[in-house]
Amino acid sequence: MAAESSKTAGKGAGKTASRSGRKGQARLLQGNEAASLGALAAGCNFFAGYPITPASEITEFMSRELPARGDPFIQMEDEIASIGACVGASLAGRKAMTATSGPGFSLMQENLGYACIAETPLVVVNVMRGGPSTGLPTNVAQGDVQQARWGTHGDHPAIVFCPSSVSECFELMVRAFNMAERFRNPVIFLADEMVAHLREKVALPAEGDLEVIDRRRPTVPPDWYVPYKTDGSLIPRLADLGEGYRYHVTGLVHDERGFPTRRADEVEPFYARLFDKVSRHFDELMLTKEYSLDDAEIVLIAYGCTARSCRAAVRLGRERGLKLGLLQLLTLWPFPRQAVERALAGRRAALVPELNMGQISREVKRVNDGRTQVIRHSKMDGTMITPEEILGRMREVA
Amino acid sequence: MARSVKKETAPSQASTQERMEVRLAGSGGQGLILAGLVLAEAAGLYDGRSVAMGQSYGPEARGGASKAEVIISDQDIDYPLATKVDLFLALTQEAADTYSWDLKPGAWIVVDSDLVSHPPSSRAVALPFTATARDKLKKPMVANVVALGALIELSGVVSRRALEKALLARVPKGTESLNKKALSEGMKLAKDFKSSSPLPSQEPSAEDV
Repeated sequence: MAAESSKTAGKGAGKTASRSGRKGQARLLQGNEAASLGALAAGCNFFAGYPITPASEITEFMSRELPARGDPFIQMEDEIASIGACVGASLAGRKAMTATSGPGFSLMQENLGYACIAETPLVVVNVMRGGPSTGLPTNVAQGDVQQARWGTHGDHPAIVFCPSSVSECFELMVRAFNMAERFRNPVIFLADEMVAHLREKVALPAEGDLEVIDRRRPTVPPDWYVPYKTDGSLIPRLADLGEGYRYHVTGLVHDERGFPTRRADEVEPFYARLFDKVSRHFDELMLTKEYSLDDAEIVLIAYGCTARSCRAAVRLGRERGLKLGLLQLLTLWPFPRQAVERALAGRRAALVPELNMGQISREVKRVNDGRTQVIRHSKMDGTMITPEEILGRMREVA
Repeated sequence: MARSVKKETAPSQASTQERMEVRLAGSGGQGLILAGLVLAEAAGLYDGRSVAMGQSYGPEARGGASKAEVIISDQDIDYPLATKVDLFLALTQEAADTYSWDLKPGAWIVVDSDLVSHPPSSRAVALPFTATARDKLKKPMVANVVALGALIELSGVVSRRALEKALLARVPKGTESLNKKALSEGMKLAKDFKSSSPLPSQEPSAEDV
């Protein structure tokens, strides 16, 4: 483990949140609330954002909790400024987060790329709603899956987590902060309206049971600090701005010292390291869950709210003698290729239900490579896919 | 979430018997999402059952059709929204029209008698929630709590004790006695209804088909 890991949360963790209640006790929480609590448990101590349905509850929650802990909450003028403030705060040593939806996420794309190239740890919440543009602002959709991967220009690594329940909102948010800190990369927490607004009974883990990862900071004195010099981990140490470590931050491709370069012999290793620092650790990033998969003849592959429809379909299908199983993707990017390959091998068919025109089914088809028949099930009417709809498609397969 | 792969097997369970689906529908501002929250906390935290609550509303700042759905079960809840509603409350005509198409045959249908002039079924129980809140309690805003009282008296979906605890934990300080009174008024409406008219048949009638 290259990054520093501790069992207690970072700054401000010792103080209990006034309105977030006691840990370990069952509570009825909304997805957005659980995500916010997960952020605090992971040590989030900076939030800048602009409220937007269906992510507003996160902004609201943070506006209450962070100032109560003595940490900054800023309502910015728009989403471009929101992520910009987070980049700055992160470079100054804060664990920063912003939360938005559809149109706001589009506005954030440019600075998301800046965070990638400046290697700034950062968590961006995007709660998916119907798009494009204002679209269906209060309805559920999963149309931003490829945007979360490719929304900012230029080739870059992307880390994207996608929860399907209130407890996963908490767990994946802790994971999102940990991976952002570990890899010095922005992490996108890609929820959907259904999960963000869903309320479920959950018992959150006690603070001491959580693994919290903090970025590696320099151990050398300021004069010796070379900001982008790395060891075998490929992840450079990040100094807090304002602590005497002076260095240059830029959106241009830069050398070890942080200054722009166009020299091919410096540019090529720069990009190689940017990708390798993540791709060498795919095993830490690619999370999946399996439901009744071992003896399944037909596999469902799903994520977010749609995984809930699939879990019910597996149960109902098995009651009717259909051997269904589910592979739930908690990580969308990097695409969990090995888990999907295993899930596809030896099945009669695979069905990929999603609330878009096939953004993950095309990835499944890409890795399928002739193993089985992959069927897409798309729905775009602002409502959830029901378990019966999925079972209805089984007639084509059986 | 220590491992990257988790395995779980779907529990073999009698599918929908223990699952109760409640839909509370009306217009934005009538407090239906709060009512759903109180019901869900009563069932989940005080009656110790599994709950999931979904909500739906339009882009309007106020008004527009709004609904909360509460699923109560003794099993883990996989699909968290209603598929066949057991208990339906409508506080506006629009909500009664929009959200009554997927009710279970024999479902409880409860409407506000003043605001819903054309109930979705002849079996609907029409009670004056808003009028009671306005005239008897002098606070039209507690119509949602009056309705909750009637719902639990009619269906027994959660215990009164649980609902009262959940309600008092949720409402603003200083309004406890008002809310308790609203709950009692709602329960009284339902009791009077039960004693004055035969309970609606739980068998599907021609209107439901």
